[in-house]
Amino acid sequence: MRSTHADTGVTASDSASASDSDFISLDGVEKVFDVRKKTGFLRSERRQVRAVDSISFTVSRGEMVGYIGPNGAGKSTTIKMLTGILTPSGGRLRVAGIDPSRERTRLAQRIGVVFGQRTTLWWDLPLIDSYRLMHRMYRIPDARYKENLDRCVELLELGELLDVPVRQLSLGQRMRGDIAAALLHDPEVLYLDEPTIGLDVVSKVRVREFLRDLNADRGTTVLLTTHDLSDIEQLCRRVMVIDHGRLMYDGPLTGLHEVGESERTLVVDLERELPPIDVESARVVKVEGPRQWLAFPAAQSAAPLVARIAAEYPLVDLSVREPDIEAVISRMYAGKATS
Amino acid sequence: MADLREKRGSEGDTGSGSGSGSDTGSGSGPGTGFGPAPTYVSRLVDGLRAYRLIAWMWIRSTMAYRASFAMTLFGNFAGTVLDFVAILLMFSRVDQLGGYSLGEVAFLYGLSSAAFGVADLTLGSMDRLGQRVRDGTLDTLLVRPAPVLAQVAADRFALRRLGRVTQGLLVLGYALTVVDIDWTPAKVLLMPVMVVSGAAIFSAVFVAGGAFQFVAQDASQVQNSFTYGGTTLLQYPPTVFAKDLVRGVTFVLPLAFVNWVPALYVLGLPYPLDLPEWTAFLPPLVAVACCGLSGLAWRAGLRSYRSTGS
Repeated sequence: MRSTHADTGVTASDSASASDSDFISLDGVEKVFDVRKKTGFLRSERRQVRAVDSISFTVSRGEMVGYIGPNGAGKSTTIKMLTGILTPSGGRLRVAGIDPSRERTRLAQRIGVVFGQRTTLWWDLPLIDSYRLMHRMYRIPDARYKENLDRCVELLELGELLDVPVRQLSLGQRMRGDIAAALLHDPEVLYLDEPTIGLDVVSKVRVREFLRDLNADRGTTVLLTTHDLSDIEQLCRRVMVIDHGRLMYDGPLTGLHEVGESERTLVVDLERELPPIDVESARVVKVEGPRQWLAFPAAQSAAPLVARIAAEYPLVDLSVREPDIEAVISRMYAGKATS
Repeated sequence: MADLREKRGSEGDTGSGSGSGSDTGSGSGPGTGFGPAPTYVSRLVDGLRAYRLIAWMWIRSTMAYRASFAMTLFGNFAGTVLDFVAILLMFSRVDQLGGYSLGEVAFLYGLSSAAFGVADLTLGSMDRLGQRVRDGTLDTLLVRPAPVLAQVAADRFALRRLGRVTQGLLVLGYALTVVDIDWTPAKVLLMPVMVVSGAAIFSAVFVAGGAFQFVAQDASQVQNSFTYGGTTLLQYPPTVFAKDLVRGVTFVLPLAFVNWVPALYVLGLPYPLDLPEWTAFLPPLVAVACCGLSGLAWRAGLRSYRSTGS
């Protein structure tokens, strides 16, 4: 049962399911909310808000994708449509070949959802009781339940917590408990909404390691929303940026720099204090004694720049600093807002 | 993967049974996935199963605080007892209330209280739905493979609500010992039918109230006025109320079929409105109609939630 999805493949009998390359597919998906604003005692004004505006993308089976955007950008709305909680106002949406809003309960058997800020565990009961409920509710065969539980207990270090009432768990322990609860029925897709919110550094590392292993060993497709960009940097090769309901970027994390017109920084240590280095394609942003900071476009290679400086200046040491991804993204948001 | 999934569905159904066997009965549960769309029967079976699982979790949760449970159970019982004591006090001053003796009022009271008690026990937490919509925790129920109504209905299932059922049955028992009823087989049969149908009618009101909370999230008090208000109304003889109110409760929101109409037939008393005798046997039909309508209202409410969000 530890085989990955890659070698199991999709069989002919699975006619309802999608092919591996568009395991999750959205085509022009929209969500429009009617918002009522009170303008008087009984009078109210109706206004339409386009929370998700014609979003299209596909996710392959076994991919791990980060979905980021500021508050109110449409992240949660997208996740809610993908889990069948909300019905899209327009467009076509499929998860594993299933239309989520029409076959919500059938989809539920194949997806796992972790809401970072709302636990689904039973507050007053020992952790294990919540798992037993999942066992019954999802009709998980006994052997499989036991195997999955043992695995989660081992990897998420839940052994000593199983008999502890959930209300006595720390936030990090509870999050690990919630992740295990979402995986007992072997979901093919795992949605994580802010899985590391409020966790300490140790817990964050543990959760990330677990997710990475889950994706690698079991081929579980993972879609995660987060505010913590280091989650994305460490977990996802692909990132999608959404703002004002529109998909603004979809690609590798490194590509964000080009889109965001970000700059890398070259820090050079010279033999002695010198006037600011004068080279084309880079500009000096700071001078501190013999040390100088030069900014250059992130898309450009550092090698020619270094060669030129080394040829013309007495160079002692140097280092290249990658741009701050948060700065890149906030610049993207800002750019969109003014345009 | 598909193979594996299909196998899992059938494994689940043939039941590796670590518990009661009835769980594994439904053949085309949503777990199977590849069968035809789940029928109403299998949805009902799924719903009852989910209800039982969740209610059991809540019972165990309450038992985490045993002393508190014992006290609230006692408090609930004592509270409802005091409720009837108020009527006893009234009868210490007067011999009749709207032309009804103490025994006859106790008969109405017991029936209303028992029927309402059963509905309150099974669906009493429907008024929390608005809260769940507001704080977004309803979403966590929507990602589970079980009908949402069953999950919401079982929410905060509380055995302390047995207090009201017990009190209702005790008052009814008392009434049966003091009232002189001219028993016929039809009247004997009507007794359990009244309690069951009455519980179903109140349940329909609870569900419809829940459905309304999808639209108006702070409407739990509106719901309470129909449920708790309704049972209080029915505890008194129809003769003490204005005719228009009685008409409304008979023809619009047919709570009168919980006890008034059938119970007055059993007691051999005239109903203030001119209804033919056979209406006394309508409660089961009224109950089915009410449940059907509230089911439709629930579906509409859930659909509007899923298309508008919170």
